Amino acid sequence: MSLIHYLVLAGVLFVISLAGIYINRRNVLILLMSIELMLLAVNINFIAFSSYLNDIQGQVFVFFILTVAAAEAAIGLAILVVIFRQRKSLEVDKLNELEG
Amino acid sequence: MIEGLLNPENFQIFLFYTFSTIMLGASLAVVTMRNSIYSALFLILAFFSAAALWLLLEAEFLALTLILVYVGAVMVLFLFVIMMLDVKVKPKSGMSNYTKVGLLVAAIMGVEMVLLLSKKLVNVLPQDDLVKHIKGHSNVKEVAENLYTQYILPFELASVILLVAIVAAILLTLRRRKDYKHVNPESQVHVKAKENRMKIVKMEPEKGNYIGGDE
Repeated sequence: MSLIHYLVLAGVLFVISLAGIYINRRNVLILLMSIELMLLAVNINFIAFSSYLNDIQGQVFVFFILTVAAAEAAIGLAILVVIFRQRKSLEVDKLNELEG
Repeated sequence: MIEGLLNPENFQIFLFYTFSTIMLGASLAVVTMRNSIYSALFLILAFFSAAALWLLLEAEFLALTLILVYVGAVMVLFLFVIMMLDVKVKPKSGMSNYTKVGLLVAAIMGVEMVLLLSKKLVNVLPQDDLVKHIKGHSNVKEVAENLYTQYILPFELASVILLVAIVAAILLTLRRRKDYKHVNPESQVHVKAKENRMKIVKMEPEKGNYIGGDE
């Protein structure tokens, strides 16, 4: 096993979740899940580098990313609930009230 | 065959490919499933296999944190919201324009990453294996030593961020009943003792009908 395996894995995961953001225009929930997957890919990169370079600071960073991601998920879901109460729908294309 | 697999080196490779296949398959399922509940459940599977991969990388603390925080808390939150909202997603008719653009962007990005990794970075990256730690080495202790000394300020800030998230999430979803008789705390705070709270009325002493029995 070497570092490049993990980097390729994280890259593939990132690309999948990027495609997911475009594919799921009908449901903001799955969009949020794709963002979580992207963060997971980034975290895998951080941890792989941290382990192979024997530097623990990468793992400390992943800890902070996990914290911020949890906060983001909580606030994002709260906003989603409010949107659904007002619109009765979660389609991205219908959330265009703010466009300039 | 079995002996070859049980050799630690080979077994690690076997575990890596197993877990990464599961993770990639689960994440593909997350983005393609129509039903959001299935997506959330597959996301849990993806997080779980990612935690296993992190264990292979000897990041034990974060692997356990991922399971506790994500599988235990964030995904439960997702499932709660999905089940509460009762979202009806209309069946898709063929590929939308967004899907085509998305696949194109993803393909370009994948090719870019492959080019970068294969041409440029492969010579720069460290080629050696994981560092062999001595017996009794603790990943948790190592993370804690960094977290509580050098990164103590960001650590405290992270707790503040979580607090802000709690307050924001509660405030966003707060709904009061229409007949709820509440007192506005702001007006309560602004009450002044002499002007609002107490009113002195000058009046003659009343000769009331005293209903006692003494007189």
